[in-house]
Amino acid sequence: MATLGELERTVMDLLWATPGAMTANSLRDALALVPAGATVGKELAVTTVLTVLSRLEKKGLVERERDTRPHRYRAITSREDHTAELMHEVLVTAPDREAVLARFIGSVSESEARALRKLLGGS
Amino acid sequence: MLLAAHFLATLAVVLAWPAPIALSRAGWPSRSPFTAMILWQAIALAGGLSMIGAMLVWGLEPLGDNLLEAMGALWATIVNNQPADTLGLVHVFALSAASLLGAHLVFTLLLTYVRIRGQRRRHRDMLNLLSSPAADNPATLVISHPSPVAYCLPGGARSVTVLSDGLMGLLTDEELDAVLIHERAHLHQRHHLLLWAFAAWRSALPWLPTSQLAQRAVNELIEMLADDEALRQVDKPVLVRAIAIVATGSAPGAGTHGDSGLADDSTRSTITREAGEQSTVHRLRRLLEPLPPLSAVQTSAALAASALLLAAPTALLVAPGFFG
Repeated sequence: MATLGELERTVMDLLWATPGAMTANSLRDALALVPAGATVGKELAVTTVLTVLSRLEKKGLVERERDTRPHRYRAITSREDHTAELMHEVLVTAPDREAVLARFIGSVSESEARALRKLLGGS
Repeated sequence: MLLAAHFLATLAVVLAWPAPIALSRAGWPSRSPFTAMILWQAIALAGGLSMIGAMLVWGLEPLGDNLLEAMGALWATIVNNQPADTLGLVHVFALSAASLLGAHLVFTLLLTYVRIRGQRRRHRDMLNLLSSPAADNPATLVISHPSPVAYCLPGGARSVTVLSDGLMGLLTDEELDAVLIHERAHLHQRHHLLLWAFAAWRSALPWLPTSQLAQRAVNELIEMLADDEALRQVDKPVLVRAIAIVATGSAPGAGTHGDSGLADDSTRSTITREAGEQSTVHRLRRLLEPLPPLSAVQTSAALAASALLLAAPTALLVAPGFFG
């Protein structure tokens, strides 16, 4: 049995791969087709899929189209945008790489340059 | 008591200003980062202790000859609701300031902890959706991003190291190993706890030179400690190439050798990029032209100074009677 975290992940993968919106039923059918090796069980109840979807909705990852019945769900932002945002958290304080190089080269002494060439296997 | 208060106040001023400035300018910390780390912790702890202690001892001075007696007298005064004739307004002010500062420090520490934990949980949630475990190691996650990124996310048994596929494309297997060992050293040596404590210290007293310098120094020292750990397992040229590529890599967009685990975004971003650049340069420099580590005598002296820094204010607080 897959954990909720694994299910969330698989559902998001499906929604990211789908251009339009999906109903819980069509998601369940798609989940059953997830290739072997994946941890998703074959027979998932639609209620389980709905639970996962509402968790994802709460996390701000999925939005629900309420004007149709049954409701249709789709990913709010693309996988790439989420990754970029996540990496921004890590990169926000990162040194500017060009500046690191400039600063290093600007301040490198003759003996350091020799040591660097030696280490990097140059002549 | 009064002498003790003056001594504590002097110590607090020295530890808030000249001592951290001298240590941040010294060259030896890159030779023995571990010793330097101990000294920074002693400076921060003793600094806080003597700041609070100075006000406490001074405020209690009229009530008794030593701290315990004076505390007892203060307690009796408050509980019995007696008029405190001997306690002037300035003394009450000093006592209030001491309690407020103490509470402020503890509260900031807790608040920082809660904030960091929340950030980590959100980050871990998103990682769960966006990354996939490396084939050979489930504790290493790979995320699809062009910038060369490597960082670790502490969380006890669920600690993970995250690599971007942009980084994996730039590095050879050996260099990748160096990066992984470096990041895991951050986790094993619990560097996130140091970052937490010093981030809290910084956000509690942001205007104090010591808290800024200490945070910057600690950020640099943990990188050096992790580099040293990596050096035990990979050859130096490999590590130097890995650092140089991660820090100056040719992939498009901004990139980094990541920090250790999102210590705290909001306070980290106030450490300027310039500090990060300087820190990378220092790391490369000490690898390229290694200086011998401090001698046993020098190390002992630094450790003894750390012990003394902690012992002096504690002794003055516990037994100020001995000193006056």
